[in-house]
Parts: sequence; C-alpha cells; structure tokens
Amino acid sequence: MVLAGGLEMGERLTTLIQRVYVLFCLAFIFCPIVTLIVFSFNVDRFPSLPWKGFSLAWYQALFEDPTIIDAFQNTLTVGICVALVSTFLGFTAAYFDFRWDFAWKRAYLAIVILPPTIPFLILGLALLLFLSRIGLGSSLTGVFVSHVVICTPFALAIIRMRLAEMDKGLEEAAWNLGASEWRSVLVVILPFVLPALVAAALITMAVSFDEFMIAWFVSGLDQTLPVKILLLLQGQVSPRINAIGTIVFAVSFTLVAIAQIILLLTRRDNA
Amino acid sequence: MSDLDTIQRAPAGSPGSELAQTGAPAGRGNPARWRAAIIWSMALFIWQCLFFLIPLGLLVAMTFWSVRNFRLSPDLTLRNWNHLFGESYFYVAYARTLTYSALASAIASALAFPCSYVLAYKVHTSTRRLVIFLLITPFFTSYLVRAYSWQIILADQGLINSLLSSLGIWRVPLLNTPVATIIGYLTLFFPLVILLQLVGLSGVDKDLIDAAHNLGAAPLRTTIEVVVPSAKVGLVLGATFAFIFAFGDFVSPAQLGGGKAPTLSILIIDTVKSASNWPMASAIALVMIVTLMVVMFSALSVAYGSRGRAGNG
Repeated sequence: MVLAGGLEMGERLTTLIQRVYVLFCLAFIFCPIVTLIVFSFNVDRFPSLPWKGFSLAWYQALFEDPTIIDAFQNTLTVGICVALVSTFLGFTAAYFDFRWDFAWKRAYLAIVILPPTIPFLILGLALLLFLSRIGLGSSLTGVFVSHVVICTPFALAIIRMRLAEMDKGLEEAAWNLGASEWRSVLVVILPFVLPALVAAALITMAVSFDEFMIAWFVSGLDQTLPVKILLLLQGQVSPRINAIGTIVFAVSFTLVAIAQIILLLTRRDNA
Repeated sequence: MSDLDTIQRAPAGSPGSELAQTGAPAGRGNPARWRAAIIWSMALFIWQCLFFLIPLGLLVAMTFWSVRNFRLSPDLTLRNWNHLFGESYFYVAYARTLTYSALASAIASALAFPCSYVLAYKVHTSTRRLVIFLLITPFFTSYLVRAYSWQIILADQGLINSLLSSLGIWRVPLLNTPVATIIGYLTLFFPLVILLQLVGLSGVDKDLIDAAHNLGAAPLRTTIEVVVPSAKVGLVLGATFAFIFAFGDFVSPAQLGGGKAPTLSILIIDTVKSASNWPMASAIALVMIVTLMVVMFSALSVAYGSRGRAGNG
C-alpha cells in the first residue's frame, strides 16, 4: 500500500515537472512579446520597473509621424502583392510535384525551396547587387520580387501538404468525364486546396510583413516598417518602438493564427 | 502517378454535362500533358533562377571584381580573397561565429528535447495541438521586435536588473555580452527546434519504446538507446537549422551582443556600410554559404544514415 502510494506520488510529481517544463519553454518564447506589449502602454520614457502608469501617448506619437504611416503602407502593399504571387507560384509548383515525377525532381525541388535556408543577409546582398543592375534596386518592386523568392517555399509546402490528402482518383474521374487539363484543375483541384491557398497567402504575407534584412538592402528610400524599426533601433531609445512592435505583433499574430486555424479545421486525418 | 494513356481512350463525357462541354479530346493527349507539366513547373523555376540563382551567381563573380576609385569594375582578380585570408580579424570573426552558432544549436537542442519529448508522449492530443499552435505563431512573428524586447529585459537598467537590485542583489551585466547574443539566437529558432524534434519523435515506433520498457530498461536508458537513435532525423534537423539561423543572423550579435565582438554577418554589414566594398562583402558571404553547405550536407548524411532509416522506416 505504502509503496503503491509512493509510486503514484512519484508519477504525479514527474507529470507536474514535465508540465512545468513545457510551460517554462513557452514562457521563454512569449516573455519578450508580453514585455513589449506591456511597456508600449507605459507612461515612462525608459522601459524599466516600476511601472509608471498607463498611457496611449506612444501610439499617438506613431500616428502623427508620416514616415511611419508611409512605411506601414509600403509594408502592406508589398505584403499583399507577395501573398498573391507567392501563393500562385507555390500552387503551380506544388501541383506539379503532386502530379508529375521525373528523374531530376529532387534537384528541381531543392532549387525552388532552398532560398529560406540561405541567410537573408546574404540574399539581401546578392539581390541588391543584381537588382541594382536591372533597374530594380532601391525600390519597393525590388522588395516585392525578393520577398516572393523567400516566401514561395512556405506556400509550396502548405499547399503540397493539402494536396497530399487528396484522392488522385478525383482528378482522373474529371478527365474521364471529359475535362481538359485546365478545367480539371479549376473544378477539382482548386476547390480542394482553397483553404491551403488562403492559409498560404496569410503566412506568406506574415513573412513578408516581418522581413527586415533583405528589405534593408533593397528598399532604398521607400522603407518598409521592419526597416524603419531596424533604423530606429540603431538610433536613440524611443518608446515608440514598443508601440510599433506591438502593432506588428498584432498583425502577424492575427495572420498566422488565422492561417493555422484554417489548416487545423480542414485537415483530414486530424492526427 | 495517373495513367493518362487509358484516360486518353476513355469516352468523352455524356453530352450536356458541364465537364464534357470543355473537354476537347485533343486537350488530353500526351502533348497537352507535357505542355501542362512544363507550364506548371516552369513558373516558379524561372522566378527562382532569375531572382535567386543569378543573384547568387553574381555574388560569386563579384568576389573576383576589383574596386578602383570607389567604382566597381568586372575583373578576374584574386586580390579580394588574398586580402580576406590575410586578415587575422577575419579568422577571429569566423571562429567566433562558428562557436556561437554551435553553442546556440547545442543549447537549443538540449533545452528543447525534454519539451518535445513530453509533448510527443506525455500529453493529450489536444494539449499537443495547442502547444504546437503556440510554437508556430511566434516563429512567424517579427524576430527583430522580439530581439529588441530582450534589450528591455536584459539592459543594465532593465527588468531583470531592476528586479535584482530591488531585492538588494548586485546588478549583473547581461546586455552586450555573449549570453545576450545566445538568448537572442534562441528567440529566433527555439520554437522551430522543438517542432522539428517533435516531428522526429512522432515518427518513433511506440512499440519499440514499450518493448525496451518491458525488457526492463530504465526510462533514461530507453530514451538514450531507443528514442534518440530513432528520432535522429528530427534531432539532427533541429540542431542544423538552429546552426544555420544563428550563423547568418545579424540582429542578435549586433543589438544584443553589442556588436563589439563582430561575427561574420556584422563584418559583412560593416564592409558594406563603411567601406562600400562590395567584392569583399561578397567574399565573406561566399565563405558563409560554403560553410553552411558543408554543415548541411554532413548533417543530412548523419540524419539519413543507416540507423536513422531503421527507426523511421
């Protein structure tokens, strides 16, 4: 009896320690996010304890700064274009991978998926060298083009995972019924992958929305919001950064959270 | 793969059905199939060639260019390379970057493993899903801002130190130290390492663990001798991605580490900003790419070695 009770206690303690450890990891990940949000509402100019009182002054200062409004608009414009084009390109390659097989497919996939594993600092450098020679350096178009390079692999992966859940017989049935190549994609494939397309668009937009390194190299004077933040960080300490950061968090959190919920709700095996 | 030859001979759809109306029989022949394959595959391929491979190629070529009177001119000189390999600060920065990245990768892997282990075997599916959700979301959320937030926490007048001093303990310098740099790196990839390990652990055959347990192996021994080898792919991939991310990161060593102990990424930015020496910056970048490729290939060969396959196949 005593022994069994002891074992049960020990097991409970182990479970407790395990849970606490997972929570500790999550706390480490969320600690900077929470800190920033809390201090964006602090009256005091310097973010330190004790907390001096609630204020929206730093947000107000943001909305009165036209350069920040401009940067926000730039980021949003680029983000939306990147989301649309990356999702489209990601779909084409995902569908290709789903349907066809050939000797060099692994090499093909490696080339199109590789960009996010190269440090963005290096990609930014290479892209600036190249884009400035074809007249796209120092422009938002350059940022858009570069972001499509790094965002599309994410879209490709998300859409490919969705296609993997599809029954190949469906498309063959459409062909048997006389549908052309393109028609079958339109009526069979697209409706099935629609949730993944939406999720991919949201994720790629979030990636573009937060990318600062390539944008720093390529954007020139048309700064995007993350570039603006990077430049602010190198200057004086300003609580405005906390406020911008909180807004950036809110936007990317919303995008990524919605994308994940869509993917979770439409997943077939639910494993 | 779909067998299109049989489909080709299949009768066209019944007249009047929506699908049949567009179904031109010729559209389903092999030429159309090939045309479709080329169109689907080429869109992204062309984009990545134009804006990924060619820029990288230019970067490689640029390392042989020369700068005269602040003007770049195409050339085939080894001057940049000789110069770079003749500088002791380059070797110091290279060794420092390697050490930081390896350390960050090891720390992240070690801290993540208990967490992913618990998530894989010890919690309900719903809890696991929630935690995965909570891990993925911040991974895609402005790393730059999160790194800045650590500045608030770690600064001399920051949260930790004001807490310590209010408790009557001495302040400890945290910001602008390697510790802060490592914390910054962890901010960047810690969730990713947990997720990759989790994927690896989910692939482990649970019967294998039960068998080891039934044969009387202690939990720790089971973990080390059964779980770790079987989940090797996830573990190695997690560590590798951590290394890659740390190796190329600019924000943590600059903003949190203080930038006084330059890593290769800081060296690149300085070379560009203060000297506008693009060939030299390109040479440093190429050294980084080659290093990362070596690391990636050796990691993949370790991950997909014979033992790893046995556990996952």
